[in-house]
Amino acid sequence: MTSSNLNWDAIVIGGGHNGLVAAATLAKSGRKVLLLEAGNEVGGAARTEEFAPGFRVSSVAHLLNRLHPDVVKTLELERHGLKIERGDFVPSVALSKDGPLVLHGAYGEALTGASPSEQSAWRDLRAQLLRYAGVLKPFLSRRPPDLAGMSLAEMTGLGQTALALKKLGKEDMRDFLRILLMNVYDLLDEQLSDDRLKGLLAFDATLGSHLGPRSPTSLLGLYYRLAGEIGGLAGAQIQPKGGMGAVVAAIRSAAEKAGVSIRQASPVANVIVETGRVVGVLTQDGEALRAKSVVSAINPATTILDLVGPREVDTGFMRKVKNIRMKGDAAKLHLALDRPPQFAGVDDAGHEGRLVIAPSPDHVERAFNPSKYGAFSPEPVMEITLPSLADPSLAPSGACVLSAVVQYAPYALREGWAAGKPRFLEAIMAQLEAYAPGIGATVRHAELLTPADLEARYRMPGGHWHHGELQADQMLMSRPVSGWSGYDTPLEGLFLAGAGSHPGGGISGAPGLNAARRIIAMRA
Amino acid sequence: MKAWDAIVIGGGHNGLVNACYLQRGGLDVLVVEKNDWVGGAATSRELTPGFLYSNCSYVCSLFRPEIMRDLELPRFGLQVISYEGGAVFTRDGDYLANYRDHDAHRREFARFSKRDAEAYDRYARDVSRQCRFIQPLLMRTAPDPTSFKPRDLGELLYLGRKFAGLTAEEMALTLRFWTMSISDFLDEYFETDVIKANFALSGIIGTALGPMSPGTAYVLLHHYMGEVDGSVGAWGYARGGMGAVTKALAASFKASGGTIRTGAEVERVLIRNGRAKGVVLAGGDEIHGKLVVSNADVKRTFLKLVEEKELPDIFLRRVRNFKIRGSSGKVNIALDSLPEFPALPKDPPVYRADMHFTDSIERMERAYDDWKAGRWSADPFLDMVIPTTLDPTMAPPGKHFMSCFVQYAPPKIAGRDWTDADRDGFAESVIAQIAEYSPGFRDRIVHMEVRTPREIEAEVGLTEGNIFHGELTFDQLLFNRPVPGYAQYRSPVGGLYMCGSSTHPGGGVMGAPGRNAAAEILRDLAKPTLHMSPAHDVI
Amino acid sequence: MNRHVKINSARTLAQAHFRTLRLGTPFQPRIDALALTNDWYNWAGYRAPHSLWDEELEYFAIRSQAALFDISPMTKYRIEGPDAEAYLDRVTLRDVTRLKPGRVHYTAWCDDEGFVLDDGTLFRLSPTRFRLCSQERHLPWLLDSAIGYEVSVEEETEAVAGLALQGPTSFAILRHAGFAGVERLKIFDLAEFAHDGAAVTISRTGFTGDLGYELFVPADNALSLWDRLMAAGELRGIRAIGYTALNGARLEAGLIVANADFTTAEHAIRADRLRMPDEIGLGFMIDPDKGHFNGRRAIFEARAKKKLRHVLVGLEIEGNIPAEHAIVYCKKSREVGLVSAAMWSPMAKRNVAIASLQRPYGDTVVDDLWVEIYAMRELQYQKLMKRAKVVPRPFIKLDRRTANPPADF
Repeated sequence: MTSSNLNWDAIVIGGGHNGLVAAATLAKSGRKVLLLEAGNEVGGAARTEEFAPGFRVSSVAHLLNRLHPDVVKTLELERHGLKIERGDFVPSVALSKDGPLVLHGAYGEALTGASPSEQSAWRDLRAQLLRYAGVLKPFLSRRPPDLAGMSLAEMTGLGQTALALKKLGKEDMRDFLRILLMNVYDLLDEQLSDDRLKGLLAFDATLGSHLGPRSPTSLLGLYYRLAGEIGGLAGAQIQPKGGMGAVVAAIRSAAEKAGVSIRQASPVANVIVETGRVVGVLTQDGEALRAKSVVSAINPATTILDLVGPREVDTGFMRKVKNIRMKGDAAKLHLALDRPPQFAGVDDAGHEGRLVIAPSPDHVERAFNPSKYGAFSPEPVMEITLPSLADPSLAPSGACVLSAVVQYAPYALREGWAAGKPRFLEAIMAQLEAYAPGIGATVRHAELLTPADLEARYRMPGGHWHHGELQADQMLMSRPVSGWSGYDTPLEGLFLAGAGSHPGGGISGAPGLNAARRIIAMRA
Repeated sequence: MKAWDAIVIGGGHNGLVNACYLQRGGLDVLVVEKNDWVGGAATSRELTPGFLYSNCSYVCSLFRPEIMRDLELPRFGLQVISYEGGAVFTRDGDYLANYRDHDAHRREFARFSKRDAEAYDRYARDVSRQCRFIQPLLMRTAPDPTSFKPRDLGELLYLGRKFAGLTAEEMALTLRFWTMSISDFLDEYFETDVIKANFALSGIIGTALGPMSPGTAYVLLHHYMGEVDGSVGAWGYARGGMGAVTKALAASFKASGGTIRTGAEVERVLIRNGRAKGVVLAGGDEIHGKLVVSNADVKRTFLKLVEEKELPDIFLRRVRNFKIRGSSGKVNIALDSLPEFPALPKDPPVYRADMHFTDSIERMERAYDDWKAGRWSADPFLDMVIPTTLDPTMAPPGKHFMSCFVQYAPPKIAGRDWTDADRDGFAESVIAQIAEYSPGFRDRIVHMEVRTPREIEAEVGLTEGNIFHGELTFDQLLFNRPVPGYAQYRSPVGGLYMCGSSTHPGGGVMGAPGRNAAAEILRDLAKPTLHMSPAHDVI
Repeated sequence: MNRHVKINSARTLAQAHFRTLRLGTPFQPRIDALALTNDWYNWAGYRAPHSLWDEELEYFAIRSQAALFDISPMTKYRIEGPDAEAYLDRVTLRDVTRLKPGRVHYTAWCDDEGFVLDDGTLFRLSPTRFRLCSQERHLPWLLDSAIGYEVSVEEETEAVAGLALQGPTSFAILRHAGFAGVERLKIFDLAEFAHDGAAVTISRTGFTGDLGYELFVPADNALSLWDRLMAAGELRGIRAIGYTALNGARLEAGLIVANADFTTAEHAIRADRLRMPDEIGLGFMIDPDKGHFNGRRAIFEARAKKKLRHVLVGLEIEGNIPAEHAIVYCKKSREVGLVSAAMWSPMAKRNVAIASLQRPYGDTVVDDLWVEIYAMRELQYQKLMKRAKVVPRPFIKLDRRTANPPADF
């Protein structure tokens, strides 16, 4: 074992976007920060990678819809190359055999393809959802309230929420309280009638979680999406130029500018604990690096179970960490296509947007059912982007990249993914073929990343992109585990800053930012 | 024409509880009941000579002891007999029993897993803590969180203080408990399928949810917060069937001077100038009353018995959105002898308990998938009891009454109404399951009553056949039950109250909604409530 | 499918347990034969005697001769593996690295919040093999604690029978029974001896504050061990006893019993019943110099922030009326705690008790304490307000307990 004489203020483990945000924020506060990334490049699940000769794609996350404005502002990302303009907003297209329905602008500011009465119902519902998501939004950039004893700031925060609730007005507040933990399926049934629109919303509410639209609390998934914003507009989405790697490049540039030292290909073997205090890390190369604080922006279970180990923490805490549910259901498909596919009835603008195959809430629910028993959906639901249409640099000339997030593909497939993967790919292709006839014949190369692959490749246990199910019982005060939801851990000097912490996953940077703020506030 | 002080629509247990308290509070009360008998879903009927069925509800635990005492129900014949635990038969020819004796219980679990056997105490502790938190709320009116009235603020404060009285760990558990699925909750304690299934069933009974649905952990609590004579969480049989509960209530009501009119179906509530003035019966008879209390569920009350024009739009919208999906059916069977289960050793206490054949969460959840698809479960979940093992008065000597509660049965079959053929198919799925574990079972059947949601709705009037008068999900609990803004037993129509299970704290033969509604009515009339015991202390 | 085929696995063979709600221990045939009073209670699912022939005289058997008490119902876990020491050091309060093979210590274990899950004795049978004995059951906790350690945890309550042989002639009996070398056992030592083709583990431990030993043997060899001791003890006054007698002796020795003197954390439904080690007199077990252990953080935080709310004390009460479950007052008016165990001590000739008090009472405020005794006499409570004094435990100290070599007779 070698030992570095350098003493860091903070070592950040993991160069995913949250790690980079945490590191950059800490460095901006004047701390000397070292970031260690296990892989050969930073970015984690927010990278642009080549998956076939000449074809590049955002390898996990492919749409930007919730990069937190505080992150953009604090790190001055626009000065580091992040460009978001209103014109970049892409529509969501609900594909259907009955012709598509399109949500334009920021999550359907305008709706086309639906009846006038449905349009008006949608206007009302959209406004209501945004209003309610707005009440919850401030929680994204705050520590969850501490049940053991609330600080003045936390009380004030909760007071503000109570006030925001009161501001809704009596009846609106009542509806808010009624539907908060409802399932999305029933709410949609109450207010809408077009299956295509309902299917799209049901899909969005359950994307990335082990819930079906009929599962109580599934509406929270939609709130989570709508509490996010990009370019100042809630619910908006863009396909970043150059893929998600470009976003990470901007954050990385901000981090480096702030003085963060970044070491790639430096996996950490364990966290060093001395008399109950974390004092640094030991790399797999055997180098001991010491720091005042260690900020783990990787998975919380990996951090505690593997890097810390049981000897320095209590059994109850270990038990809670082990009980975090994190078995992913989302797979990622990358297709290298000879030419751009043609989705029936979809115009050019639509092809540059997000295409969703989720023809009805019942369809999504039926797709969910088998995942409860370790089987994949025979008729999977998915969101598709064709990033090379807007950014030709991602594919050889004339060719096209298709990127899709596909559900439900349970991590623990009973038949095993070795056997299941080709069969699942077949099921996905059948769906694509139905909506874009002829697409199958143009596939030059297909890469399907099952949750098992995502786990192996991106060090995401269970292949879960939220690093833990984002369900009501694993949110806020219960994220990552109850008693330790405020980014600190039972080990003094160790902090958790990844998506497994509040508020959760998606390319938001919020966990990283909040964790860094916590450390700064603690003067750690 | 006589104007009653109060007319209660429906002689179910909550209607009768409500009527009893009002009558004893000094009002002149009339109960009108559509059937020729009272009891609603708590009834015992002799459908074949010599056999008394608990036709709908079949076991007793939730009924509040405070009400039994206030209304002198034992004097009028109510007696509850604790049963002896429960059992789940496993597909490998064994079974898992729940014994009342703590050590036998542990040893039984240890047959399957030593770890699970020793995990039970912590599980029981955590669930008890939650029960202790929730139990005192049953006999209180839920506060309106949007209101600044001192009473609502006071109740909110009470809730807050109760919550703050928990340790941080307990608070965290409470928050999780209310939103978790029973399956996920049990995973944190137990490793064995059949043991999890054994507990999970309390999380689904009566709901249109599967054990993997978030929110079902709370439903488990709803089934655990009852008691039999101080033994919290215990379940028992009402001697003489569940009709004994309502028979005692009716007798108590009459003894205190109340009047019951059976065979009187209410067609609508008589409303003049926005105030309830009585009811109009199916034949056109009008009965006048100073106030009207509906024991019917919220949908039936306001979508069928009250004219639309009397109700504000927002209220109507919320009532229409109330989720009241039927999810269960009932098969009542008269047997000429006690069925045999080869899996059981000789003379096991299991006969005097609830028996089940669903030995994994997955089977339970798959049964629910059938419901979602609009069909009855091919492999249903049964809650099967033979009350005559403890109450021989319900059948001729040596013969038995068996009650099978069955999940899941949807209110409609793939969007259309149930047919008689459907009903028979549904019954067959139940009989086939029992026969699989009990050879010769079919030959013992003397008579059978099959109740799908269709029959339950037609006879008892439970909309869509939902036994709880509405789902027990968070959007329909506490101040959301039945609808936001009207969770305090009142309605937009002056003088029209609700007292059924659609109101807080919800379904089951509990009586709390009827009692709490009476308290609110008497409060509105500025009448004393000294005859109403406060909730028993939870110490 | 047909579910009628009766299978015969170990699991189905165990079905019949419901016919015997209270199991017998491996010694039951002998104990039944001696049970003249037929005075039983339920000890962890076993039929155990309150008394066998005369509870007062049984007590004196402990103090004057040798008493044989069946401890088989105690929960026992076998903990084995290369990481067993490190594992137990993390689970339990005391420093296990300082517990040498062939030694026993009394310890306790806590949850994350520092609340006591149980107390018990830890036997180090070899460098890598331990036995943990406790009142309550803890398998899920012990197994979850084993995550990340190379260690196996097995519950062996039924497989291992246990006897306590306590009293002044206990050593003489063992020696006379042919356990050669037993004289070398110092207090808290253990060693294995041959018996009936098997091994018996004998430790110089006990729950009486007297000279005494505990013997653990495979269940199959239990009866022959009993007979061997009884034969050797015939001339040395050996008597089998029940729990009432033992309970008196343990109180004199100042020892506490889980779920009698404090509520264990996994059984506490009411949050204010939870207790930290410092609140039940087990603070001495906490070792700030050893590595991490469960509850460490919470325990030291409670100490630092003065969050300890209770204290367990020994009381000496005026008079001779036992103050069992009496309320403790300060200045005869302010309620400050409760007596959990009390007796007139025949050995100390004092009226003693163990009580839990709310700090600062019993801690920094020890003056003017009173107990209110409700003595039921011929269907009437005689209410007595008696002065109580906080005294150190144990209430008696017997030199023979630790004497080396132990006295032979």
